[in-house]
Amino acid sequence: MTKLPDAETLLPKLAAELRGHITPASAMIGLHTGGAWLAERLHPLLGMKDPLGLMDIAFYRDDYAKEGLKHDPKRTKIPFEVEGRDLLLVDDVLYTGRTVRAAMNELFDYGRPRSISLVVLADRGGRQLPIAAQHVGARVEVPAGKRLRLKRGASGKLSLELEDGG
Amino acid sequence: MAANPQLNANGELQHLLSIEGLPREILVQILDTAEPFAGVTEREVKKVPLMRGKSVFNLFFEASTRTRTTFEIAAKRLSADVINLNVAASSQSKGESLLDTVANLSAMQADVFVVRHGSSGAPYLIARHVKPHEHVINAGDGRHAHPTQGLLDLYTIRHYKKDFTGLTVAIVGDVLHSRVARSLIHGLTTLGAPEVRVIGPQTLLPAGVESLGVRVFHDMRAGLKGCDVVVMLRLQNERMNGALLPSAQEFFKHYGLTADKLALAKADAIVMHPGPMNRGVEIDSSVADGPHSVILPQVTFGIAVRMAVMSIVAGN
Repeated sequence: MTKLPDAETLLPKLAAELRGHITPASAMIGLHTGGAWLAERLHPLLGMKDPLGLMDIAFYRDDYAKEGLKHDPKRTKIPFEVEGRDLLLVDDVLYTGRTVRAAMNELFDYGRPRSISLVVLADRGGRQLPIAAQHVGARVEVPAGKRLRLKRGASGKLSLELEDGG
Repeated sequence: MAANPQLNANGELQHLLSIEGLPREILVQILDTAEPFAGVTEREVKKVPLMRGKSVFNLFFEASTRTRTTFEIAAKRLSADVINLNVAASSQSKGESLLDTVANLSAMQADVFVVRHGSSGAPYLIARHVKPHEHVINAGDGRHAHPTQGLLDLYTIRHYKKDFTGLTVAIVGDVLHSRVARSLIHGLTTLGAPEVRVIGPQTLLPAGVESLGVRVFHDMRAGLKGCDVVVMLRLQNERMNGALLPSAQEFFKHYGLTADKLALAKADAIVMHPGPMNRGVEIDSSVADGPHSVILPQVTFGIAVRMAVMSIVAGN
């Protein structure tokens, strides 16, 4: 059994790393659902002037033809101008890179950011696209046939867990 | 019992033909999916790439500029290619059968057929004959159903009232000729609205309408008392063959929504109308343009709801 890192320990370290990269143009967007949970915790620690943006990439996925539309997509809410900003895109787990590809496509429908950096709690490798994260909480080996997920407990405590299914 | 013609083997929405017979979960799925699409329609770039490469055929055997346009906008905002066919003016007049028309379009690689037809049941006939990857959306068939209008009404009610439990909804006017009323009544009862009323003269209410689970009122003032939602229906002059009414003026006097009649409903009641409105026949201008009216937001929500329906069926 793989020992998974503790999300609550990784979180302040990630915030400390990000602090050195905040510019006056910085703004943060969390990807539903796990990335949004993580971003909701990171955002207040970084003192950015704009509220947090939340994004659901359901309408930009590349597997619609095969999988159809997932149930219960959420509304994307970006409460600031994307144009010219330094965006911190936050997700829980980086794997194939397809979610990030979809998120970047959606972002450009809102405007032309000056830069986008990717922040993830865990990078499990297995990239299928030329995408890399600039800020990584931990690199995690995931056994074949398992999926790494961020969970949020009733008290709001975040934890990384393994589930069945690729 | 025959399988539900609207659902595939996994119980997912394959065609949208009628709200009647749709499980609650699917109605909720459509309304929930429309919510983020409403967000897309508020953006500067009002378009998502979801249905790139899919072809949507608007097959209108009966004229309807508004409904056809909203389906066209919805499909374009999903990045689908839209082909509008005014079938009444072409193939049909040359004697081609309905199924031959559809077979020809299918040979042109259709993914979704949006069908408006004067005969009740026409979209069902088409749905029975299309290929497994093709989907049919009923955009109004005869007096039978107009499910996307019913869904956008449900979306509008949920948007303003948050929840259906505890709501009293009145549907007023020409229920007899209205496919909208039928779709809405089925939707409201499925989603748990405790009281649905229909208000109108005997001649414009279908026989046995009570069997749909509604309370019938012939006196509009009595029927509006305590309502949260008032849905006005258009007096369908073009569907009336006999003399069901003395005159439009007489109708307005008894069943037209005026500010003083609306005052009997709850203070925060909303007023809806599927359009097009006959001002001074079923609704007074001061109400149509007044603070309770959500008639124009209905049109905006209608696009998001149609985007949701198209993207759900085309993905299943």
